[in-house]
Amino acid sequence: MSTRLSKGGRLIDRAKRLNFTFNGKPMQGFAGDTLASALLGAGQVMLGRSFKYHRPRGIVASGVEEPNALVGLGRNARFEPDQRTTTTELFEGAETRSQNHWPNLDYDIGEINDAFYKFLPAGFYYKTFMAPQAAWKHLFEPIIRKSAGLGGVPKEADPDRYEQAYAYCDVLVVGGGVAGLAAALREGRAGKRVWLIEQTAHWGGRTPVDGGQIDGFEACDWIKTTLQELEGMANVTLRTRLMAAGQHDHGYVIGLESVGDTRPGADIPRHRLWRIRAGRTITATGAIERPLAFAANDVPGVMLASAVRDYVVNWAVSPGDRTVIVTNNDDAYRTALVLLDAGLTVPAIIDAREATHGALPQEVKARGVRVLEGRGVARVLGRKQVKGVEICAQAGEGGAIETIECDCVAMSGGWSPVVHLWSHCGGKLIWDAGQAMFRPDPERPPLGADGTAMVQAVGAANGDLTLAATMGGAGLGACSSDEAPMTPVWQMPASAPVALRFKSFLDFQNDVKVSDVQLAAREGFESVEHTKRYTTLGMATDQGKLSNINGLAVLSDALGQPIPATGTTTFRPPYTPISFGAITGEAKGALFQPLRRTPIQSWHEAHHAHWEPVGQWRRPYCYPKSGETHREAVNREITNTRANVGLLDASTLGKIVVKGPDAGRFLDMLYTNMMSTLPVGKCRYGLMCNENGFLMDDGVVARLSDDSWLCHTTSGGADHIHGWMEDWLQCEWWDWKVYTANLTEQFAQIAVVGPKARELLNRLGGIDVSREALPFMQWIEGRLGGFDARIFRISFSGELSYEIAVPASQGLALWEKLVTEGKDLGVMPYGTEALHVMRAEKGFIMIGDETDGTVIPQDLGLTWAISKKKTDFLGKRAQQRPHMTDPNRWKLVGLETLDGSVIPDGSYAPAEGHNANGQRNTQGRVTSTYYSPTIGKGIAMGLVLNGPDRMGEVIEFTGEGEARIKARITDPVFYDKDGEKQNV
Amino acid sequence: MSNAVSALQGATYQGFVTVTEAGLIGMISIRGDLTSKPLLKALKALGLSVPAPRQIVTSKDLTLAWMSPDELLLICDHSAAAQLVQTLSSALEKTHALVCNVSDARALFRLKGAKPDQVIMKLSPADIATLPTGEMRRTRLAQVAAAVWRSAPDEISLICFRSVATYVQGLLETSARPGSELFETAPSSS
Repeated sequence: MSTRLSKGGRLIDRAKRLNFTFNGKPMQGFAGDTLASALLGAGQVMLGRSFKYHRPRGIVASGVEEPNALVGLGRNARFEPDQRTTTTELFEGAETRSQNHWPNLDYDIGEINDAFYKFLPAGFYYKTFMAPQAAWKHLFEPIIRKSAGLGGVPKEADPDRYEQAYAYCDVLVVGGGVAGLAAALREGRAGKRVWLIEQTAHWGGRTPVDGGQIDGFEACDWIKTTLQELEGMANVTLRTRLMAAGQHDHGYVIGLESVGDTRPGADIPRHRLWRIRAGRTITATGAIERPLAFAANDVPGVMLASAVRDYVVNWAVSPGDRTVIVTNNDDAYRTALVLLDAGLTVPAIIDAREATHGALPQEVKARGVRVLEGRGVARVLGRKQVKGVEICAQAGEGGAIETIECDCVAMSGGWSPVVHLWSHCGGKLIWDAGQAMFRPDPERPPLGADGTAMVQAVGAANGDLTLAATMGGAGLGACSSDEAPMTPVWQMPASAPVALRFKSFLDFQNDVKVSDVQLAAREGFESVEHTKRYTTLGMATDQGKLSNINGLAVLSDALGQPIPATGTTTFRPPYTPISFGAITGEAKGALFQPLRRTPIQSWHEAHHAHWEPVGQWRRPYCYPKSGETHREAVNREITNTRANVGLLDASTLGKIVVKGPDAGRFLDMLYTNMMSTLPVGKCRYGLMCNENGFLMDDGVVARLSDDSWLCHTTSGGADHIHGWMEDWLQCEWWDWKVYTANLTEQFAQIAVVGPKARELLNRLGGIDVSREALPFMQWIEGRLGGFDARIFRISFSGELSYEIAVPASQGLALWEKLVTEGKDLGVMPYGTEALHVMRAEKGFIMIGDETDGTVIPQDLGLTWAISKKKTDFLGKRAQQRPHMTDPNRWKLVGLETLDGSVIPDGSYAPAEGHNANGQRNTQGRVTSTYYSPTIGKGIAMGLVLNGPDRMGEVIEFTGEGEARIKARITDPVFYDKDGEKQNV
Repeated sequence: MSNAVSALQGATYQGFVTVTEAGLIGMISIRGDLTSKPLLKALKALGLSVPAPRQIVTSKDLTLAWMSPDELLLICDHSAAAQLVQTLSSALEKTHALVCNVSDARALFRLKGAKPDQVIMKLSPADIATLPTGEMRRTRLAQVAAAVWRSAPDEISLICFRSVATYVQGLLETSARPGSELFETAPSSS
């Protein structure tokens, strides 16, 4: 059983005890512990159940590669599943729960899956549950979802906050081990702007555990002095708890910083996502030890050899009293020395190699430890905890030679460099047969924008596994014990029969065994990418950090080809999981996206506006009074505007000034009608089409002076139209003398609409707005009741109407003045829905309702707004193509329901027969449909086949379900056809 | 106009820097040939000259920023803007140019304190650490456009569009919350 040792532990502070719970049971650890070290220290070896077979599982590793020891952390809104105990720092009050079992960890119904392992091989889902079809969704999937899978899903919104930050550097060094420190020191001394980031809370990597000398100093002293020098450099930024998740093109690196994980509820960000632009990245990301594939290598207590010594040295935790070490290399002997130094027992070292001569084995032998050469582990005994190992000949079929009692097994199958960042942008790997690993190929690095290497790998990440090799690469002298060559072992024993292979796990997190990969190969999966997906090898949250190389070695063996011919699967970011919160950053709640506010927005809010999103604006849809439905409010607003006077906040309307000697010519190209001939002081409605002829925007253009025009655009289209103008000016007609400015936000614009509008403006005084002084479709400038106003006499409602533009800073004051002055005239604000209904009553089109990107002005009966004189305008040629001139294009008409009801939005008019796909033919569709309080019934506009030729004809539209609504085809203008009201 | 108001009417927030909406400010957009004599002359009359690319210069009450190869931004008192637009427009009448009052289309914020860079670092992809005094950087803050410059020691000023002033204030407040400093001291750009 694991326990806390009475002395040692370089990372823990025994003076600071921290309380936490596991499955509700109170436990204690120390400051500096990880959850894993604290749990082991408290004697908790079994931490969860496996994904598929529900086998008991415990801690395997001591870092990011941990596949098993995941827990649910926290509770309620701060609950988070699948937290890796080996990288989660312990904090006071941490609540942890084991995963994937029912009813509890010790007794789990799902464990029955393990007994039926023969029936749950790779590709099980693909082969089973094929019929009947409906059963998958309703029977099989619900059961499997309940039985498989890891942690639960949090059910409440995340209360924590997250943020992002951008950083720049010449050189980003990833990994704070000795290789990274040496690289940062070199670059820092060279005056480079350096960032050195380390995913854990500590500097030095593995070296403080494994020991050695650097540059004539004890490694720990060298680390300390190097850090001091780096800290003193103004050009070097050091950061711990910052994991580089991905290396992207153009030196873009994403990193995740843990800021507040150990202080839940504190008023600080939980995570911070760093977006780093690095001139060059140096990956000093180290290497990860590989497990060995022997039967029952997943029983709690079987751990990586390096992890075993990490727990002893770093946290003073003994994973077991008696640890059997099984290895194919010299490095694992370091574990024996650490265990012996801690006073623990090493009954034997099982070395798969036929002979051992290295310095480390000699040292271990000299201390009286049995070293069994040419031997392997046949199987591990025990279920919830290691009880012993059966020893066999590595070359054989697993016949037990002897059984050794132990409560921990430390395994080492060699090391794999962490090549993720190197590989993300296309860095290639070479197979190093001597060390049985893929390592970065210096000849084929990922290339930056300038064609040179963007990433450089150093230290163990570069395949320099020993301290001497690592520091030699950095130009520093170092010494550590010499290591004799390792021997690759992909299966233990070499000729293990199927019964053993069925229990020899490759991927612990997804329960993939040697037998599964071999089955995939037999079934024809030759590509490693296909095998990965078929068996799910390496597809769990650990992304196969422990399993990939072993898995593809087994696959290569099954396919009878060398490992390099099989290759690796693709390394993709993120290196370890990053939180959705960090990806979201500040963009949640009120900051989810920008909400554009007009100068009058606060008034609308104070008057209980019901909102409608328009682009990124939020405009009042209507202003319901207490007890009023939205529909009733809209009807009231319309009726009042048509009878008295209404106010509309039209500030969102696009307002673009176009000025210059060629401005008239330019606008003649942009609009379908003629704008160059518009006299100064007058307004003209215009249409804009894209180069394909489709109607894109509309609005009133006012000529301000000889060489300047003001173009009003739709609210949602202002930015696009401004960009469209600049595009043509900068890219196509760059020699035309035209300047534009988007003044949309400079002005608040208020529409004063209704028969009493003139009287209201007269009360403000200062500008003569009589019919004579300001006729329809003209504009005037001056001081209106003390406001700097430009008044446009234009109407989108059919009523007497003025649109008053004032500087935005004066907008709210003018609005309030109009409300006060117009009180006895019955002034009321109206919203966008009243605007829509009133324009529909007048038969005015709305971009986005009558148009959808496939409609040309000719479809809408707007030929009057298309110049026949102009030789060209954008869209002209396209509108002459056969499809555009087809007489069978649907055309705009008005629609009046016979029963007075409102046709549902989006209704189609069915026609006789069916098309080739068996769908009902159609002959038209509704584009706008409203209840008109003015007419007293439902009105609509729609596009109908030969519509204008079918006036008076009654056709049917689809209603709810199978219902049909009869509507008469009419002129689209329902109200004041002659325009007398707007022209008073 | 006595009842003219800026977007946020001087809203302020005390975080690890002080965030303040600066109230009404005058801004004039000038588009034209930045080498043309009439423009140079018109600016000279105001005591100004055309800044080099990305530069921002101040002379008495006026600040002039280079915005693009054919655009400048003149920052002045809000009350002076209308008259300056007239003056400049008249001076440039005979040349191809566009002078617009954009004072009310914008909002101006000031970040005061020892660590204003850290607020910008959280929101803008610009390399703010290397932004020298006297340069205006056009960039974005989260999802909206902005321009930032060092307007005084321990102060960064930024301009955004008026309609998103509330959003920008929210961004700045969130980013300046005490306890969320990125560094104990400002990182060096060297």
